[in-house]
Amino acid sequence: MNQAADLPIWAALLIALFLLIGAGLTLIGSFGLYRLRSFYDRIHAPTLGTSWGTAGIITASIIYFSVMESRLVLHQLLIGAFVIVTTPVTLILLSRAALYRDRAKNDPGVPPLDPPNNTSEISNPEKEPTPTHNNTHTGEV
Amino acid sequence: MSKLFPYPLLVVSLVVTWLLLAGFSLNQFLLGSITAIVAAWGFAALGPAKPRLRRWDLLLKLFAIVFYDIVRSNIAVASIILHGGKRIGKSNFMAIPLDLRDPTGLACLAIIITSTPGTAWIDYNSARSVLILHIFDLVDEDAWLNLIKNRYEYLLREIFE
Repeated sequence: MNQAADLPIWAALLIALFLLIGAGLTLIGSFGLYRLRSFYDRIHAPTLGTSWGTAGIITASIIYFSVMESRLVLHQLLIGAFVIVTTPVTLILLSRAALYRDRAKNDPGVPPLDPPNNTSEISNPEKEPTPTHNNTHTGEV
Repeated sequence: MSKLFPYPLLVVSLVVTWLLLAGFSLNQFLLGSITAIVAAWGFAALGPAKPRLRRWDLLLKLFAIVFYDIVRSNIAVASIILHGGKRIGKSNFMAIPLDLRDPTGLACLAIIITSTPGTAWIDYNSARSVLILHIFDLVDEDAWLNLIKNRYEYLLREIFE
Protein backbone atom coordinates (compact mmCIF):
# COMPACT_ATOMS: atom_id res chain seq x y z
CA MET A 1 0.00 0.00 0.00
CA ASN A 2 2.89 2.38 -0.73
CA GLN A 3 1.03 4.35 -3.36
CA ALA A 4 -1.52 5.33 -0.71
CA ALA A 5 0.99 7.99 0.43
CA ASP A 6 0.53 9.80 -2.90
CA LEU A 7 -3.13 10.50 -2.25
CA PRO A 8 -4.13 14.16 -2.06
CA ILE A 9 -5.00 15.20 1.45
CA TRP A 10 -8.72 15.83 0.76
CA ALA A 11 -9.12 12.34 -0.67
CA ALA A 12 -7.26 10.75 2.22
CA LEU A 13 -9.46 12.55 4.76
CA LEU A 14 -12.66 11.64 2.93
CA ILE A 15 -11.65 7.97 2.58
CA ALA A 16 -10.66 7.79 6.25
CA LEU A 17 -13.96 9.37 7.29
CA PHE A 18 -16.11 6.93 5.32
CA LEU A 19 -13.99 3.94 6.36
CA LEU A 20 -14.35 4.91 10.02
CA ILE A 21 -18.12 5.42 9.70
CA GLY A 22 -18.55 2.04 7.97
CA ALA A 23 -16.22 0.10 10.23
CA GLY A 24 -17.54 1.83 13.35
CA LEU A 25 -21.18 1.08 12.58
CA THR A 26 -20.35 -2.55 11.77
CA LEU A 27 -18.49 -2.82 15.09
CA ILE A 28 -21.42 -1.28 17.01
CA GLY A 29 -23.78 -3.68 15.25
CA SER A 30 -21.66 -6.69 16.18
CA PHE A 31 -21.43 -5.41 19.76
CA GLY A 32 -25.22 -5.11 19.86
CA LEU A 33 -25.57 -8.65 18.52
CA TYR A 34 -23.45 -9.79 21.47
CA ARG A 35 -25.03 -7.62 24.17
CA LEU A 36 -28.78 -7.36 23.47
CA ARG A 37 -31.02 -9.76 25.38
CA SER A 38 -33.84 -11.21 23.26
CA PHE A 39 -33.56 -12.76 19.82
CA TYR A 40 -35.90 -10.16 18.33
CA ASP A 41 -33.74 -7.32 19.69
CA ARG A 42 -30.57 -8.89 18.40
CA ILE A 43 -32.01 -9.14 14.89
CA HIS A 44 -31.83 -5.33 14.62
CA ALA A 45 -28.14 -4.96 15.42
CA PRO A 46 -26.53 -6.58 12.33
CA THR A 47 -28.61 -4.39 10.00
CA LEU A 48 -26.28 -1.55 10.99
CA GLY A 49 -23.51 -3.50 9.25
CA THR A 50 -25.58 -4.29 6.19
CA SER A 51 -26.85 -0.74 5.68
CA TRP A 52 -24.41 2.09 6.46
CA GLY A 53 -21.63 -0.24 7.52
CA THR A 54 -21.46 -1.58 3.97
CA ALA A 55 -22.29 1.77 2.38
CA GLY A 56 -19.47 3.59 4.22
CA ILE A 57 -16.80 1.06 3.28
CA ILE A 58 -18.04 0.92 -0.34
CA THR A 59 -17.96 4.71 -0.61
CA ALA A 60 -14.41 4.78 0.76
CA SER A 61 -13.38 2.10 -1.75
CA ILE A 62 -14.96 3.98 -4.67
CA ILE A 63 -13.17 7.21 -3.75
CA TYR A 64 -9.82 5.47 -3.20
CA PHE A 65 -9.74 3.53 -6.47
CA SER A 66 -11.26 6.39 -8.48
CA VAL A 67 -8.55 8.79 -7.27
CA MET A 68 -5.72 6.25 -7.63
CA GLU A 69 -6.65 5.18 -11.16
CA SER A 70 -7.88 8.64 -12.24
CA ARG A 71 -11.14 7.21 -13.58
CA LEU A 72 -14.53 6.41 -12.14
CA VAL A 73 -14.44 2.96 -10.49
CA LEU A 74 -17.97 1.89 -9.60
CA HIS A 75 -18.10 -1.89 -9.55
CA GLN A 76 -18.22 -1.82 -5.72
CA LEU A 77 -21.80 -0.59 -6.06
CA LEU A 78 -22.71 -4.13 -7.14
CA ILE A 79 -21.60 -5.42 -3.73
CA GLY A 80 -23.96 -2.95 -2.09
CA ALA A 81 -26.84 -3.88 -4.40
CA PHE A 82 -26.44 -7.60 -3.75
CA VAL A 83 -26.08 -7.12 0.02
CA ILE A 84 -29.26 -5.00 0.11
CA VAL A 85 -31.26 -7.44 -2.00
CA THR A 86 -30.15 -10.62 -0.22
CA THR A 87 -30.20 -9.49 3.45
CA PRO A 88 -34.02 -9.71 3.79
CA VAL A 89 -33.96 -13.34 2.62
CA THR A 90 -31.87 -14.60 5.55
CA LEU A 91 -33.28 -12.14 8.06
CA ILE A 92 -36.91 -13.03 7.34
CA LEU A 93 -36.05 -16.74 7.32
CA LEU A 94 -34.45 -16.43 10.77
CA SER A 95 -37.22 -14.34 12.28
CA ARG A 96 -39.98 -16.57 10.94
CA ALA A 97 -38.20 -19.63 12.33
CA ALA A 98 -37.95 -17.91 15.73
CA LEU A 99 -41.61 -16.90 15.61
CA TYR A 100 -42.61 -20.45 14.72
CA ARG A 101 -40.59 -21.83 17.63
CA ASP A 102 -41.99 -19.32 20.13
CA ARG A 103 -45.56 -19.88 19.00
CA ALA A 104 -45.09 -23.64 19.36
CA LYS A 105 -43.91 -23.00 22.95
CA ASN A 106 -47.02 -20.82 23.55
CA ASP A 107 -44.72 -17.94 24.49
CA PRO A 108 -47.04 -15.07 25.52
CA GLY A 109 -44.51 -12.47 24.33
CA VAL A 110 -45.04 -13.15 20.63
CA PRO A 111 -48.15 -12.30 18.62
CA PRO A 112 -50.43 -15.35 18.36
CA LEU A 113 -51.22 -16.95 15.05
CA ASP A 114 -54.36 -15.32 13.64
CA PRO A 115 -57.29 -17.60 12.97
CA PRO A 116 -57.57 -18.17 9.21
CA ASN A 117 -61.16 -16.95 9.18
CA ASN A 118 -63.43 -15.67 11.92
CA THR A 119 -66.70 -17.04 10.56
CA SER A 120 -66.36 -20.58 11.93
CA GLU A 121 -65.61 -19.44 15.49
CA ILE A 122 -68.70 -17.31 15.96
CA SER A 123 -70.87 -20.43 16.34
CA ASN A 124 -69.23 -21.46 19.65
CA PRO A 125 -68.37 -18.35 21.69
CA GLU A 126 -67.33 -20.35 24.81
CA LYS A 127 -63.90 -21.00 23.38
CA GLU A 128 -63.16 -17.32 22.80
CA PRO A 129 -61.35 -16.05 25.93
CA THR A 130 -58.03 -17.78 25.35
CA PRO A 131 -55.74 -14.80 24.58
CA THR A 132 -56.43 -12.96 27.88
CA HIS A 133 -53.16 -14.03 29.53
CA ASN A 134 -51.46 -11.92 26.91
CA ASN A 135 -52.20 -8.67 28.77
CA THR A 136 -51.11 -9.83 32.22
CA HIS A 137 -47.62 -10.67 31.04
CA THR A 138 -46.50 -7.50 29.33
CA GLY A 139 -46.41 -5.11 32.29
CA GLU A 140 -44.44 -7.30 34.69
CA VAL A 141 -41.38 -8.49 32.81
CA MET B 1 -40.39 -7.09 -29.99
CA SER B 2 -41.60 -8.44 -26.67
CA LYS B 3 -40.78 -11.98 -27.87
CA LEU B 4 -37.20 -10.89 -28.53
CA PHE B 5 -36.86 -8.85 -25.32
CA PRO B 6 -39.20 -10.42 -22.77
CA TYR B 7 -37.62 -8.68 -19.77
CA PRO B 8 -36.13 -5.33 -20.83
CA LEU B 9 -35.37 -4.26 -17.24
CA LEU B 10 -33.45 -7.49 -16.63
CA VAL B 11 -31.47 -7.03 -19.85
CA VAL B 12 -30.53 -3.45 -18.92
CA SER B 13 -29.43 -4.38 -15.41
CA LEU B 14 -27.41 -7.35 -16.66
CA VAL B 15 -25.64 -5.15 -19.24
CA VAL B 16 -24.89 -2.53 -16.57
CA THR B 17 -23.54 -5.25 -14.25
CA TRP B 18 -21.39 -6.63 -17.07
CA LEU B 19 -19.96 -3.21 -17.95
CA LEU B 20 -19.23 -2.36 -14.32
CA LEU B 21 -17.27 -5.60 -13.88
CA ALA B 22 -15.54 -5.78 -17.28
CA GLY B 23 -14.97 -2.07 -17.97
CA PHE B 24 -16.71 0.29 -20.38
CA SER B 25 -15.84 -0.41 -24.03
CA LEU B 26 -17.74 -1.15 -27.23
CA ASN B 27 -16.55 -4.77 -27.34
CA GLN B 28 -17.66 -5.44 -23.81
CA PHE B 29 -20.97 -3.70 -24.49
CA LEU B 30 -21.71 -5.99 -27.45
CA LEU B 31 -20.59 -9.13 -25.60
CA GLY B 32 -22.57 -8.14 -22.51
CA SER B 33 -25.70 -7.34 -24.52
CA ILE B 34 -25.68 -10.70 -26.30
CA THR B 35 -25.20 -12.53 -23.00
CA ALA B 36 -27.96 -10.52 -21.32
CA ILE B 37 -30.46 -11.12 -24.11
CA VAL B 38 -29.79 -14.88 -24.14
CA ALA B 39 -30.03 -14.91 -20.33
CA ALA B 40 -33.39 -13.12 -20.52
CA TRP B 41 -34.70 -15.83 -22.90
CA GLY B 42 -33.65 -18.46 -20.35
CA PHE B 43 -35.34 -16.45 -17.61
CA ALA B 44 -38.53 -16.21 -19.66
CA ALA B 45 -38.66 -20.02 -19.84
CA LEU B 46 -39.23 -20.02 -16.08
CA GLY B 47 -42.28 -17.82 -16.62
CA PRO B 48 -41.96 -15.53 -13.57
CA ALA B 49 -44.49 -12.74 -12.96
CA LYS B 50 -43.55 -9.59 -14.78
CA PRO B 51 -43.39 -6.47 -12.60
CA ARG B 52 -45.01 -3.36 -14.00
CA LEU B 53 -43.46 -0.01 -13.20
CA ARG B 54 -46.14 2.60 -13.58
CA ARG B 55 -44.43 5.66 -12.16
CA TRP B 56 -40.71 5.95 -12.83
CA ASP B 57 -40.50 9.44 -11.39
CA LEU B 58 -41.69 8.33 -7.94
CA LEU B 59 -38.90 5.75 -7.76
CA LEU B 60 -36.35 8.52 -7.24
CA LYS B 61 -38.49 10.09 -4.51
CA LEU B 62 -38.73 6.69 -2.79
CA PHE B 63 -34.94 6.26 -2.97
CA ALA B 64 -34.38 9.68 -1.42
CA ILE B 65 -36.86 9.05 1.41
CA VAL B 66 -35.44 5.60 2.18
CA PHE B 67 -31.86 6.90 2.08
CA TYR B 68 -32.71 9.61 4.59
CA ASP B 69 -34.57 7.19 6.88
CA ILE B 70 -31.71 4.67 6.81
CA VAL B 71 -29.21 7.35 7.86
CA ARG B 72 -31.53 8.54 10.64
CA SER B 73 -32.29 5.09 12.02
CA ASN B 74 -28.62 4.03 11.84
CA ILE B 75 -27.79 6.88 14.20
CA ALA B 76 -30.76 6.07 16.47
CA VAL B 77 -30.03 2.34 16.79
CA ALA B 78 -26.27 2.85 17.16
CA SER B 79 -26.79 5.28 20.03
CA ILE B 80 -29.20 2.90 21.80
CA ILE B 81 -26.66 0.05 21.55
CA LEU B 82 -23.88 2.33 22.82
CA HIS B 83 -26.03 3.26 25.82
CA GLY B 84 -26.28 -0.42 26.76
CA GLY B 85 -29.72 -1.05 25.31
CA LYS B 86 -31.50 1.74 27.23
CA ARG B 87 -34.24 3.44 25.23
CA ILE B 88 -37.30 5.63 25.62
CA GLY B 89 -39.83 3.06 24.49
CA LYS B 90 -39.46 -0.69 24.49
CA SER B 91 -39.05 -3.20 21.72
CA ASN B 92 -42.26 -4.88 20.74
CA PHE B 93 -44.23 -6.46 17.93
CA MET B 94 -46.71 -4.57 15.86
CA ALA B 95 -49.32 -5.72 13.37
CA ILE B 96 -49.91 -3.60 10.28
CA PRO B 97 -52.76 -4.25 7.85
CA LEU B 98 -51.47 -3.73 4.31
CA ASP B 99 -53.33 -2.74 1.16
CA LEU B 100 -50.34 -3.45 -1.06
CA ARG B 101 -50.80 -6.75 -2.95
CA ASP B 102 -48.26 -6.62 -5.76
CA PRO B 103 -45.47 -9.19 -5.10
CA THR B 104 -42.74 -6.87 -6.39
CA GLY B 105 -44.05 -4.04 -4.23
CA LEU B 106 -44.07 -6.32 -1.19
CA ALA B 107 -40.50 -7.41 -1.97
CA CYS B 108 -39.47 -3.75 -2.12
CA LEU B 109 -41.20 -3.08 1.19
CA ALA B 110 -39.34 -6.05 2.73
CA ILE B 111 -36.04 -4.63 1.50
CA ILE B 112 -36.85 -1.15 2.85
CA ILE B 113 -37.96 -2.43 6.26
CA THR B 114 -35.05 -4.83 6.61
CA SER B 115 -32.35 -2.40 5.57
CA THR B 116 -33.67 0.22 7.95
CA PRO B 117 -32.19 -0.60 11.37
CA GLY B 118 -34.80 -0.58 14.12
CA THR B 119 -37.53 -2.29 12.14
CA ALA B 120 -37.58 -5.98 11.27
CA TRP B 121 -40.01 -7.82 9.04
CA ILE B 122 -41.13 -10.85 11.06
CA ASP B 123 -44.08 -12.37 9.25
CA TYR B 124 -46.59 -11.62 6.54
CA ASN B 125 -49.95 -13.34 6.32
CA SER B 126 -50.93 -13.16 2.65
CA ALA B 127 -54.47 -14.47 3.27
CA ARG B 128 -55.28 -11.63 5.67
CA SER B 129 -52.68 -9.15 4.35
CA VAL B 130 -51.35 -8.48 7.82
CA LEU B 131 -47.67 -7.70 8.29
CA ILE B 132 -46.01 -8.32 11.67
CA LEU B 133 -43.08 -6.05 12.39
CA HIS B 134 -40.71 -5.92 15.31
CA ILE B 135 -39.83 -2.38 16.34
CA PHE B 136 -36.65 -1.82 18.34
CA ASP B 137 -37.73 1.39 20.05
CA LEU B 138 -41.53 1.49 20.09
CA VAL B 139 -42.82 4.72 21.62
CA ASP B 140 -45.81 5.70 19.53
CA GLU B 141 -47.54 2.93 17.63
CA ASP B 142 -49.54 5.36 15.48
CA ALA B 143 -46.39 7.11 14.32
CA TRP B 144 -44.96 3.82 13.02
CA LEU B 145 -48.26 2.87 11.41
CA ASN B 146 -48.31 6.26 9.73
CA LEU B 147 -44.69 5.84 8.59
CA ILE B 148 -45.24 2.45 6.96
CA LYS B 149 -48.67 3.21 5.49
CA ASN B 150 -48.25 6.76 4.24
CA ARG B 151 -44.53 7.06 3.67
CA TYR B 152 -43.65 3.72 2.05
CA GLU B 153 -46.81 1.82 1.16
CA TYR B 154 -48.49 4.78 -0.52
CA LEU B 155 -45.50 5.35 -2.81
CA LEU B 156 -45.07 1.64 -3.54
CA ARG B 157 -48.73 1.35 -4.51
CA GLU B 158 -48.37 4.35 -6.80
CA ILE B 159 -45.32 2.80 -8.44
CA PHE B 160 -46.38 -0.83 -8.80
CA GLU B 161 -50.16 -1.04 -8.78
